[in-house]
Amino acid sequence: MRYSALKIFTEGLFGNKGWTPAWRTPDPKADYDAVIIGGGGHGLATAYYLAKNHGLTNIAVLEKSYLGGGNVGRNTTIVRANYFMPGNSEFYSHSLRLWEGLEADLNYNVMHSQRGQVVLFHSDGQRDAQIRRANAIVNQGDDAEIMSVDQLRAEFPYLDYDQTRFPIYGGMMQRRAGTARHDAVAWGYARGADQRGVDLIQNCEVTGIDIENGVVKGVQTTRGPIRAKKVGMCAAGRSGQVAALAGLRLPIESHVLQAFVTEGLKPVIDSVISFGMGHFYISQSDKGGLVFGGDIDMYASYAARGNLPMVEHVMEAGMTLMPMIGRAKVLRAWGGIMDMTPDGSPIIDKTPVEGLYVDAGWNYGGFKATPASGWCMAHLMATNEPHEVARRFRLDRFRTGHLMDEEGTGSQHNLH
Amino acid sequence: MRLNCPLCGPRDRREFYYSGSEDLLNRPAADATVEAWNDMLHLRLNPAGVTRDLWYHETGCGSWLLVTRNTVTHEILATERVADRKGAA
Repeated sequence: MRYSALKIFTEGLFGNKGWTPAWRTPDPKADYDAVIIGGGGHGLATAYYLAKNHGLTNIAVLEKSYLGGGNVGRNTTIVRANYFMPGNSEFYSHSLRLWEGLEADLNYNVMHSQRGQVVLFHSDGQRDAQIRRANAIVNQGDDAEIMSVDQLRAEFPYLDYDQTRFPIYGGMMQRRAGTARHDAVAWGYARGADQRGVDLIQNCEVTGIDIENGVVKGVQTTRGPIRAKKVGMCAAGRSGQVAALAGLRLPIESHVLQAFVTEGLKPVIDSVISFGMGHFYISQSDKGGLVFGGDIDMYASYAARGNLPMVEHVMEAGMTLMPMIGRAKVLRAWGGIMDMTPDGSPIIDKTPVEGLYVDAGWNYGGFKATPASGWCMAHLMATNEPHEVARRFRLDRFRTGHLMDEEGTGSQHNLH
Repeated sequence: MRLNCPLCGPRDRREFYYSGSEDLLNRPAADATVEAWNDMLHLRLNPAGVTRDLWYHETGCGSWLLVTRNTVTHEILATERVADRKGAA
């Protein structure tokens, strides 16, 4: 079924009785050309682009719970392409261009809103670094502009510019950055993949990966064994457990990242604002809630909930930046399981097992990468060669020393 | 979350600096292979469940602690000083 304004109108006339489920619920077949472990944003996007770009339709996505129930349903929905390093820059640039055509491509409203994102700076050194970053972004073909304090005051009058701790010197704005409706991205890719023949199999946990003589043969699941010529692991925070099924240890430690949302308020924050010195960023959802978050709690965790010290830290940072939010009531706080790599950059690569591929290590930035991650993982699985814009996301780069340390903080698990 | 420091007693998580998996204690010899160093520095079992990791009592006694805890429930199961382990220098 193709969605359109006319369809909504005519369905409204006839009692909305003509809508059908957005995807099938098939039983798993015994044999597929490829299976993808993980029915989140990246897994579903991989399946979609395998079918659309490479014509592979005899494939299945295996999800242990329900589609989109992991990090794609738990993030703060920010989409941006303001990366500096070669390898990251072209990848996120590619992703942002895919975002811009995503709704038309999927025939699905993902509520992509290019409301802009500003990264504040608070010292001469930070200003120089942001100007350098902005130049790199412009050279990549994306947009970035440096805003003076006066320009910021006109657009964001509610920030505390003259605070003594971190006075605001200016900001780097990317107008094409913004937000999207996170669940809809998963649903849109799921529907698109299903329409092209991909089997989306929910409540199907992978319990083993079958390997013979170094070649992948299929997977064992709670719904029986499934043979497959190729297997892609897109398990985000659970990547360690999935890789362990194949006897692999990944350069990944899973940490908890918390996020918060307030009660619905009238429109007040119309861009995404990042306050790096306070490890704080904020936007306002279309329902009016202020959506904000900070840094990871900084210890390995699968609890999907955090501890109070980081809650306090995030609230303090928010109050430092914009004291006006002090009377807003926080409705919910939650945590996601972040697959943290030592250098803070992701992995899209083959594994030592032939036919087994890994898409993991997205740290706290996986949502904006969803389209390009799927695009590049599909390319890798279909052609056995890395895609041009993801060629540096190597699994063995920590052993070889080809690190992708965008933050410049070092290559250890506890630093990003 | 509170850690029970063997010297200082139960203390707030904020007093501690998290360093990482106990793998960091298995430091290879200086002339070991790149693979051995990569194992120690980067590759992780990353268990969902009981794990052992290193914490530094930064604003307390300054001890390095080996903490056994559950990554799914945040329960702390045991805490010992690295220096008190059998075979520690």
